[in-house]
Amino acid sequence: MKFKITFWKVLFVIIMILGAYSAYVRYFHGLGAVSNMSDQFPWGLWIGFDCLCGIMLAAGGFCISGAVYLFNVERLHVIVRPVILTAFLGYSLFIVGLLFDLGRPWFIWHQLIYMNPHSAMFEVGMCVMTYTTVLFLEFLPNVLERFHLTWPLKVIKAVMPVLIVAGILLSTLHQSSLGSLYLIMPSKMHPFWYSPALPFFFFGSAIAVGLAMTIFESVQSAKAFGRHLELPVLVELGGALLVALWVNALLRFEDFFHRGMLGKIMQPSYEAYFLWLELLLAFVIPITMLSFKKVRLSSNGLYLASLSAILGFVTNRLNISITGFESWAGHHFVPKWTELMITVSIIAMGFFVFAMCVKYLPIFEHQPAAIPAEEPKLIRREMPKPSHVTT
Amino acid sequence: MSKGILYDSTLCIGCKLCEKACAEHNGLPYNDDVAAESKQSEHKFTVVLTENDHFMRRLCMHCDEPACASVCPVGAFHKTAAGPVVYDVWKCIGCRYCMVACAFAQPKYEWGSLNPRVRKCIMCPDLIKAGKQTACAEACPTGATKFGERDDLLKEAQDRIRQNPGNYVNHIYGQDEVGGTSVLLLSAVPFEQFGYPSISKIGAKALPELTGVVMEKVPDFIPLWALVLGGVYWLAHRKEEVAAAEAIEKQGSAA
Repeated sequence: MKFKITFWKVLFVIIMILGAYSAYVRYFHGLGAVSNMSDQFPWGLWIGFDCLCGIMLAAGGFCISGAVYLFNVERLHVIVRPVILTAFLGYSLFIVGLLFDLGRPWFIWHQLIYMNPHSAMFEVGMCVMTYTTVLFLEFLPNVLERFHLTWPLKVIKAVMPVLIVAGILLSTLHQSSLGSLYLIMPSKMHPFWYSPALPFFFFGSAIAVGLAMTIFESVQSAKAFGRHLELPVLVELGGALLVALWVNALLRFEDFFHRGMLGKIMQPSYEAYFLWLELLLAFVIPITMLSFKKVRLSSNGLYLASLSAILGFVTNRLNISITGFESWAGHHFVPKWTELMITVSIIAMGFFVFAMCVKYLPIFEHQPAAIPAEEPKLIRREMPKPSHVTT
Repeated sequence: MSKGILYDSTLCIGCKLCEKACAEHNGLPYNDDVAAESKQSEHKFTVVLTENDHFMRRLCMHCDEPACASVCPVGAFHKTAAGPVVYDVWKCIGCRYCMVACAFAQPKYEWGSLNPRVRKCIMCPDLIKAGKQTACAEACPTGATKFGERDDLLKEAQDRIRQNPGNYVNHIYGQDEVGGTSVLLLSAVPFEQFGYPSISKIGAKALPELTGVVMEKVPDFIPLWALVLGGVYWLAHRKEEVAAAEAIEKQGSAA
C-alpha cells in the first residue's frame, strides 16, 4: 500500500504539531500561560465548547439507540453503529478535554471518593463516567466481531437491554444537569440566557442536535467514505428534527415570554446580536428549510438544515458559557491561540480515530441481517434486539 | 455559636494593616507593590479599596450556606460550625466551579502554578480555634474590622446605624444577602460602588437552593425514569413477540 500525501493529512499533521506545543505549554507552564482564562473568566473555551458542546454533539448516541432499541424503530437500525461510534468518541474526547481543563487532572478520581451529591457537577461527572463505560460496551461488538470472538459477543448481547436503558437514563440526567450547572449564578449571567428552565433547554437541545448530528454525519460519511446513503432514513430523521426544533423554539419563546424578556431581546445590544445569531441559526433557518418538502426529501437540503441547527445550538451554548458572562466580567473573552489549538486538535483527533475505525472495524460494512418479510420472526424472540450480532 | 467579622467602613482609615496582617498570617509576600494592587488575587485575599475618601474592604463573606461548598464536586469547601468557610486543597481537582458560582467572586486561582490551588480568605480558622481573633481584626488600629460572635456584631451594627443614622446607608450588608453571611459590612456610601452585588440582584435566599430544587428530584427521578424506559422497551418488544406467536399459530392452523 502506498502512502499518499493529501491536503487533509498535511492539515492534520500541522494541527497535531500545534496541539502538541499547546499541550506542552499547558502542562509545563500552567493554565494561565496556555489560555486567556482569569479570575474573571474561570471557565473559557474548553468548558464552553469541549464540554458543553461536545456532550451535546455526542447526543445522537442516546437518541438513535433509544429510537431503535427502545421504541423498536427498525428502519433506523442501519445507522446505529456509526452513531454509537461517534458518541463513544465524543465522550472519550470530552474526558481528554477535561484532562487539559482541570487544574489538577491527576486527582480526577477524587470524584469517586469525595462525593458531594449536592453538586450538579458531581452528577454530571458520575453520569459521564458511567455512560462512557456503557458506550464502550455498546461499541465493543465492532471489535469483537472483527476478531471473531463469539462468546463475549453473546454476553454483551444478553445485557444489551440493560445497557440501552441505562444509557438513556444516564443521558437524560447529565444532558440536563449540564444546564443545572448554571442555575446557581443568576446574578452573573446575562438575563437572556439565565433561566430556571436551563436543564430543560439543555435536554431539549441535546435531542435536536443529536438528530441533526446524525443527519450531518451520515451525509458527510457518504461523501468521505463513498458509501451508500440511506436517504429514506435521513428523511425520517429530518422530520423528527423539525419537530424537535419546534419544541425547542416554543420552550425558548415561553421562557422569554414568562420572564418578560420579549421586549428586551428585540432591542439591539451586544448580547442581542449574539442571541439573534443563535436564534437565526438554530431555529429560523432550519425550521424554514425543513418546512419545504423539497428540502426534507433532498440529502443536500437536510445536510444544510442540520448544519445550521448544529451551529445554532453551539452558538447557544457558547453564549451561555461565555457571552453571557462578559457584561459581568466587564471585558470580552477571546480564547488564546494555544487554547483554541487544544480544542482543534482534539476535534481533529476525533475525525482521525473515526476514519481509522471505519477502515478497520465493521462500522459500515455490517448490515443487520435482513429479515424476510413473510417468515415468522422467530429468531428474534430469544433476544433483545442484538447489536447486530446475528451473522 | 458562630463567629463573624464586622467591618465598619466609616471607622476605616485605609492604613491597609489588615492586608499586611492577612498576607503575613497566610505566608504570602507583602510589600509596597502588593499594597498598591487594588484587586484581590491568589496572593491577596483581602483588599482595602479607596474611592473619594471612602474606604471599603473586600474579603470572603463566609456565607451561611456557601455556593462554593454546594457546587464543589468533591466537597473541598465546607462551612465550619465556628463560621469560617474553609478549603481542603488535597481534595480539589481544579474544576473552578467554586469561582464561577461565588456571587462575590471571592475564590481566586493560581493560574501560573503547575499544581494550582484555589485561594481565598478562610477567616483564620487556626486562630479562632485557639480562641483568638482573625489576623485582620487583631491588626486593625481603629476597630473598623471587629471580630466576635456574629449575633453580637449584628446587634452592634444595628445600634450604630440607629445612633448615627446620618453616617450610614441604612443597610447591613451580609445580614440577609444570599441567606446571611458571617461577614457584616457598614458603609456611608452604597456598597455597589465597591463591587458588592446588591441584594436585589443576589437575593436573600441561599444560592444552593437554586440548584437544590433540581438536584433533590434526582433520587426519585432515577428509579421512576428507569421503570418508564424499561416499560417502553418491554411494550415495544412485546408487540413483536405477540406477532411472532400469532404467525406460528396461523401457520399451525393452515397446516
